[in-house]
Amino acid sequence: MDFGPYLFLASLEGLVQAAVLSLTALGLSLVFGVMRVVNVGHGEFYMLGAVLAWWITSLISIHPAAGFLIALVLSPVLVGVVAYAADRLILSRLDYNPEATIVATIGMLYVLQQLALIYFGPDARPVEAPFYFRVQFPWFGYSGYKLIVVVAATGLLLASWFVIARTRVGLIMRATQFDGEMARALGIPVRRVYSLVFVVGAMFAAVAAVLIVPIRQAHYLMGLDPLLLSFIVVIIGGLGSIRGTIVAATIIGMSDGIISVFFSPTLAKMVSTFLVALVLIVRPEGLFGAKIR
Amino acid sequence: MTGDVGKAVWLHAGVIFTLFAMQFVLPDYHHLIATRVMVLAVFAMGYNVMFGYTGLLSLGHAMFFGTGMYTAGMTVYHLGWSVPLAFTAGIVSGAFVSLLLGAIALRTAGVSFMIVTLMFSQVAYLATLYFTSYTRGDEGLVLPAAARSFSVFGHVVDLTDPATRYNLALALLTITVIVVFKLVRGSTGRALVAVRENEPRTQMLGYNTFVIKLESVVISGSLSAASGAAYALLFAYVGSSFTSIQYSIDALLFTLLGGAGTVLGPLLGSFIMFYLIDIASSYTAAYLLVTGFVLIGLVLFFPRGLLGALKTRWLPWLP
Repeated sequence: MDFGPYLFLASLEGLVQAAVLSLTALGLSLVFGVMRVVNVGHGEFYMLGAVLAWWITSLISIHPAAGFLIALVLSPVLVGVVAYAADRLILSRLDYNPEATIVATIGMLYVLQQLALIYFGPDARPVEAPFYFRVQFPWFGYSGYKLIVVVAATGLLLASWFVIARTRVGLIMRATQFDGEMARALGIPVRRVYSLVFVVGAMFAAVAAVLIVPIRQAHYLMGLDPLLLSFIVVIIGGLGSIRGTIVAATIIGMSDGIISVFFSPTLAKMVSTFLVALVLIVRPEGLFGAKIR
Repeated sequence: MTGDVGKAVWLHAGVIFTLFAMQFVLPDYHHLIATRVMVLAVFAMGYNVMFGYTGLLSLGHAMFFGTGMYTAGMTVYHLGWSVPLAFTAGIVSGAFVSLLLGAIALRTAGVSFMIVTLMFSQVAYLATLYFTSYTRGDEGLVLPAAARSFSVFGHVVDLTDPATRYNLALALLTITVIVVFKLVRGSTGRALVAVRENEPRTQMLGYNTFVIKLESVVISGSLSAASGAAYALLFAYVGSSFTSIQYSIDALLFTLLGGAGTVLGPLLGSFIMFYLIDIASSYTAAYLLVTGFVLIGLVLFFPRGLLGALKTRWLPWLP
């Protein structure tokens, strides 16, 4: 294959990566932005989403597409329930103290990961794609499902932008993010907003995982990579900035995908991590972030 | 006050002496575990200088541990350096890497600092996997037995001998206890605590808090590197798993369990956690579940850790 088409193929891979990463990182960014909680266990919600998708599709044997669609709805809901429990039982009791919640979410990381190991075993589990068709470009054919993933992720991102920017729920969320104490004084049930945001953030990761699981496999250790990439994204994009998160996810996802195709995934991760270092030297608050008040 | 210092000195000397006496009664298996734990405790005590005393939460200490470990291990393996030289090189490179990382990462604060240290540590981990021809990645390097003995003033020290290893580990631990004890009792230690308690106020009093924090990172990183170098040389193995995020979290866990901001806390935490994991792993492959529950339990019910709680309630003189 010539360089041009090869680069095009690599960009497509990057686009898929960017789409999934945007969703995952947006979850992390929302939770940090509104609650000031760095959820180190975020990657495990992703892992749980993927593993539950495998479990649900393996139970339902009507048609792969039906099983997948049910998993696409049910798995994030189950992950949301887990997140709600974590918020009520752990985070709210810590009063959302930034340092304590970091330690607690590290603990959650291990608990979720090891429970997945106990209940679902150490093997990588494949999930069948809901459909197979190839999009034929002049130089190569490309998986239609991967393109659908990009479209679905973009749709979800637009929908969440709409909710945050244009609806009452979004307004309440933004008010809480802007000034939690003032929001409470104005009668906004801040605790409930926090619970909601934590659940929604976890569900974003789970949806991303269900979308990607037919391409990669479900495995109990799969949560670390998306966690680290999401951290990179939210740092570059500025912690708490949604626009920054999406722009940064696209840059990191594309560069990660392209370098992975041309060189090696290990090198790709090293490069993106050095990008973080560069950004921090120039702008410690991230590219789009405002200074933390 | 002088009475308190006396009590503290006696307590620490007593702990060291107990550890020395233990080697004559411990069965082989526990003898080896105690050796490992003493080396790892140095790592946790180094971590504690930054986390417990200066209030800097790092998730990248595996990088410092790994720097010491790989420098010591690879200079022995590839260049045939002697053990003392390799150990020194491990500490020096740890000091250098921590100075570099500190200078960059300390531009950020709070959660960003935690994430940045995590990122850099991850680069170091990936580097050990990427440069396989030198590090052999996951498989790691096993140091040849011949490279593990050296002579000091005509006396041959053989690191394959368990008693030698135990006492060298104890010596390293003793030096670390003295260093940390002196540090936190002295003016630098007070400055570290001042930064932890209220950084703007410390700044206002005329301290350059950036330099104080950088000092803390370098001391902490060097101690961690010393632990890593000792681990490589004493147990003859260097592998990429030691630079993974798991080890950074272990340092945090040992420190929190024993009590952050107490000299002996990390040592106590290391012993308890090592045995808990050891017992759990004989029952299940998912033994890290213990780590998770201990972290959550500590932060919910016991945020000061064991010695931290003792210090607040009964022993305010504990350094």
